Amino acid sequence: MFKAKQPEPVLTDPLVQAVKGTSLWQDAWIRLRKNTFALCGLGVILFLCIIALLTPFIAPYGYEQQNLLLGAAPPSAEHWLGTDIFGRDMLTRIMYGSRVSLMVGFIATGVALLIGVLWGTIAGYAGGRVDAVMMRLVDILYALPFMIFIVLLMVVFGRNILLLFLAIGAVEWLTMARIVRGQVLSLRRQEFVEAAVSLGLSRWTIIRRHLIPNTLGPVIVYTTLTIPSVMLLEAFLSFLGLGIQPPQSSWGLLISYGVETMEEYPWLLLFPGLTLSITLFALNFLGDGLRDALDPRASKN
Amino acid sequence: MPLLEVDNLTTHFHTREGVVKAVDGISFSVDRGETLAIVGESGSGKSVACYSLLKLIPQPPGKIVAGRALFEGRDLLQTDNKTLQQIRGNDIAIIFQDPMTCLNPYLTVGEQLIEPLIYHRNISRKEATQRAIEILGEVGIVEPEKRINSYPHEFSGGMRQRVMIGMALIAEPKLLICDEPTTALDVTIQAQILGLVKALQLKRNIAVIFISHDLAVVAGVADKVAVMKDGLIVEQGPVDDIFYNTQHDYTKKLLASIPEGAKPETSNPDASNIENTPLLAINGLKTHFHDYSGGWLKRNQKVIKAVDDVSLKIQQGEILGLVGESGSGKSTLGRSILQLVPVTSGSVIFDGTDLTSLSPAQMKPMRRRMQMIFQDPYASLNPRMTVFDTLAEPLLYHGLATRKTVTEQVLALMDDVGLARSAIRKYPHEFSGGQRQRIAVGRAVSTKPELVIADEPVSALDVTIQAQILDLILTLIDKHNLTMLFISHDLSVVRYIADRIAVMHHGKLVETGSTESLFAAPQHEYTKKLLAAIPVADPARERERQAALIEPIINS
Repeated sequence: MFKAKQPEPVLTDPLVQAVKGTSLWQDAWIRLRKNTFALCGLGVILFLCIIALLTPFIAPYGYEQQNLLLGAAPPSAEHWLGTDIFGRDMLTRIMYGSRVSLMVGFIATGVALLIGVLWGTIAGYAGGRVDAVMMRLVDILYALPFMIFIVLLMVVFGRNILLLFLAIGAVEWLTMARIVRGQVLSLRRQEFVEAAVSLGLSRWTIIRRHLIPNTLGPVIVYTTLTIPSVMLLEAFLSFLGLGIQPPQSSWGLLISYGVETMEEYPWLLLFPGLTLSITLFALNFLGDGLRDALDPRASKN
Repeated sequence: MPLLEVDNLTTHFHTREGVVKAVDGISFSVDRGETLAIVGESGSGKSVACYSLLKLIPQPPGKIVAGRALFEGRDLLQTDNKTLQQIRGNDIAIIFQDPMTCLNPYLTVGEQLIEPLIYHRNISRKEATQRAIEILGEVGIVEPEKRINSYPHEFSGGMRQRVMIGMALIAEPKLLICDEPTTALDVTIQAQILGLVKALQLKRNIAVIFISHDLAVVAGVADKVAVMKDGLIVEQGPVDDIFYNTQHDYTKKLLASIPEGAKPETSNPDASNIENTPLLAINGLKTHFHDYSGGWLKRNQKVIKAVDDVSLKIQQGEILGLVGESGSGKSTLGRSILQLVPVTSGSVIFDGTDLTSLSPAQMKPMRRRMQMIFQDPYASLNPRMTVFDTLAEPLLYHGLATRKTVTEQVLALMDDVGLARSAIRKYPHEFSGGQRQRIAVGRAVSTKPELVIADEPVSALDVTIQAQILDLILTLIDKHNLTMLFISHDLSVVRYIADRIAVMHHGKLVETGSTESLFAAPQHEYTKKLLAAIPVADPARERERQAALIEPIINS
């Protein structure tokens, strides 16, 4: 990923290009490859994912391995990022934490994205009564206090990490659905949608080929905003007792413990915070790059 | 000394693709009481030139590189922003093209009218309101003392443009810049607005710069004409010289592309034979919309009769022109035929099948046989689909092509509509308006339809492009033996292309007849009015007509 840019495949003959297919996504990939910032973002995220996957094999210590004699020690040669108050290695805990945080971030956001985009597009395109019913349901779920919702889930299902995805997904798709519906409402009045109808295309084809691709800009921006908020939400839920339990760790949990001891042991906040920030930067660069790459108007080849 | 003397004005735009010389060293002058028309196609730099004078162009990317613009002896290009603010609106006012977007929807027109007065003249609110009422009366708004408290959406397009003119004139400017003031308006309204501007100009002895793409519109109002192309003035002079003694080739081309006269006699004589079974027969078609703005209660609902009991027949191979002003229901009629809007009652019989009785699934195979070309080539193409995607989609979807043959078929289609084969991978935004309309035309004929409904297909295009697209459409009609319903507000365009014309007014069909007979001897009052309002590219005739319109305004 960090290597020098590969030379563009020579695509001069229009016939060759056409036969090779002309999907939006291929063009987007070609454009994305020219965007250094986005590529770096993508690289950082892939790097983090690989580390997270390999953590059990490469972590220097066990995540629950304590050294009470050491206590909270600043960074040293043995413990690169220091240790927490129980003498647990911070690097190890951040690495294990990334497994939870990245998984929650991507899966919960992915679920929210899928449900939200479909729900919003269908409501916006169907219009009328269908739209009214679908969006009122969204309003009702919005109105439900998040805390009560969580407590209810805990009472019914007990503690379970899967509930984490469920709870987060259940709240995050609502905003996505609203954003997409608003987009689709204005799109469906455009003449190219009418043209698609008069060509006899089915509703599903119109939604898939004409509506959803044109909502991507705001959706991608909102997605890059959702991932970090989901990661922090996980910390809050874990703090409430839903989700992961100590001695397991996640970035959100590490940060919230770090905040408590900020004055005495600043590195307990600094390193998890830094990791989260780098991830967010990378996500934002990638998101911006994707948005531009998926909009043929944004950049000229 | 003229009121405004512009010398070697040069404005460049710095874009990603390099420097665009939008205005490349032009010189012109206007005197008090004089009208200078700047004519050119979109992108010729005519608007940028005028906006540069008041520094109304975005800077950057725009940059006024060189030039002088002496207004009453003061160089506008050298003045600081504060002085310029005083000059804008006060000494030089602008009327913009689109009256729909130039008024703030959240303020009453009165509020917007008195704003410049209070700002520039420093008079009391009461006096300003009084002045606003006077000016509204002057621009022809009935009951101005009541209407002053109305919001912009309560006015029609023409009325809004009158308000805009009032707003421009209220501070009594010395120079009025009109940027395509009638382009967004209907032809009958256009005549009224042109008359109004002319009359007010005579009354107040102000200078007018009139920007337009339409030589015919300019013929009646201008004293001098400057023709612009690619940032340069290619020809300028007194209006009669430009029209009667044309020097430059480009001006000649512009004049030649104004559609004039009727289409040559069709090679298809049986088109006029009513005895044949028509390809399309509409009987008592009604399309009504409910207006819920009064609330959802039944008694508060207003019904808008967009199409009200229309019956029409189109023969195989015929081109029927459908004419009417905006809001006459002509577009709704076109969409009703294609079942793009729900029909209230009546029948649409296409080749023996009543389309109104079909389910969406039954309609699908019919859709292949009837297609539509839309007005705005910027909105009718999916911005995220390449030419290939756009043209291949209907072919693949209707099984007219296989994955193997589709590229060849798309390329053939592109040849048909005059697009370069190398453009196959480009996205719509990379094309000009005319080329985009070619893509849209290509898409419409891709399914080999029998009936094509063209909804104002050339209204958004420049005159020279307009002529090209019309010729393309005529060629394709011939080649594919198409039947066409050609919807337009522009009678000269319809006259050029149609065999028969139907005139629509307030949702009803008021007159139908062959193109020649309708133009020679219109029967209905409305048709007569419509025909009388068409501007012609002949200054002498236009001035005569203007005089008749101006007289009552000046005397009032």
